Amino acid sequence: MPLGLIGLKLGHTRVYDRNGVATPVTVVLAGPNRVIQVKSQDKDGYSAVQLGFGDQKIGRLTKATVGHLTKHGVKADAKGENGEQLKLASVKKIKEFRDFSKEVKTGDFLNVDIFSVGEFVDCIGVTKGRGFEGVVGRWSFRGGDMTHGAKGWHRRSGAIGCRLFPGHVNKGMKMPGHMGQVRRTGQNLEIVQVRKEDGVILIKGSCPGSEGDYIIVRESKKLGVSTKRFADLLARRKQAAEEAERARKEAAAKKDERKTASAKKK
Amino acid sequence: MNKAALFDKIESEQFRKEPAKFNVGDSVRVHTKVVEGDKERIQVFAGVVIGIRGHGLNQTFTVRRISYGEGVERIFPTHSPRVDKVEVEREGAVRRAKLTYLRNRIGKGATLVPEKESRGTKAKKAAATAAAVAANIAAGSAAPAA
Repeated sequence: MPLGLIGLKLGHTRVYDRNGVATPVTVVLAGPNRVIQVKSQDKDGYSAVQLGFGDQKIGRLTKATVGHLTKHGVKADAKGENGEQLKLASVKKIKEFRDFSKEVKTGDFLNVDIFSVGEFVDCIGVTKGRGFEGVVGRWSFRGGDMTHGAKGWHRRSGAIGCRLFPGHVNKGMKMPGHMGQVRRTGQNLEIVQVRKEDGVILIKGSCPGSEGDYIIVRESKKLGVSTKRFADLLARRKQAAEEAERARKEAAAKKDERKTASAKKK
Repeated sequence: MNKAALFDKIESEQFRKEPAKFNVGDSVRVHTKVVEGDKERIQVFAGVVIGIRGHGLNQTFTVRRISYGEGVERIFPTHSPRVDKVEVEREGAVRRAKLTYLRNRIGKGATLVPEKESRGTKAKKAAATAAAVAANIAAGSAAPAA
């Protein structure tokens, strides 16, 4: 996990580009993220960075968490102008990111600008819970007819096995049950905008979870900036742009030729 | 910044500089940018606005016209950069938000909704009538006033 942030899914909107193509985007509030602890291979057995996101009253945190935070330099007794207890900044949700590719030290704050437009990210979140769901909702089974004399057999799954052989229902048979509320990753989502002043990134498409849920935005495993696939993609895009430019120039040159030719005729 | 304000901020950056002002029932000419090969030109779609839905950046409007005897409807995103401008040709007087009833109509009633009689148009009409009458009188004919 080379780079990542903890964020909050805010909602969806759309973005028009210059050609009028509308891109659906998810608005994610990501940052500031506080670097709480930097774990190293020598000391901890693995290298990782612990990030925190979201302000929280000190009384709402467990004593263990507060102890951990103060140990790593978070001031627990920060007072406001009127002497009131301030919320602890960027500590509410704490997550660890293995093998962080950016050099950071404890006490740093990371913002959305660690990502840039055109990069690809994975979004990890907990999907919306659907409760106990039937096979039509959960597995998109077709069910039965609603009409044509159908009676009491509308949203059923049908047969689930054979007879004496094999004598049991196969493992993994798709059946009704609990749906949603599981951790899922949306992969290779393009970053459309990075708005540093708002602390917000716009990510193309959708991210798991409902609005107001925490999500992890990390550099894409398959299409991250350091991967070969990303480099290939950039090269392909560059080539296509160059070709388009050349075609445009050729067309313009041809047009000029025709113009001069017709001018000569006259 | 609260969420609504943030979304407003993100979306309002993309709004049209000059918002298109028209209502349901108006006859409009929608100028759209069409890209053909590497050339861009303006195409005009003229018809009656039969509905506006959504709000903010997601707002769209539907324009219906009769093209070669066949009803054609196009839905335009109001804030799309491809919609160059929207001209209002005449304002319609309607009592519905959605003019789906136009789909069942044939003939002239399908293409034109009654014109809105605002103070401006009334005055204009009166002036036009008066002018016509005056012209008729001047011409010496006994044609009735329009």
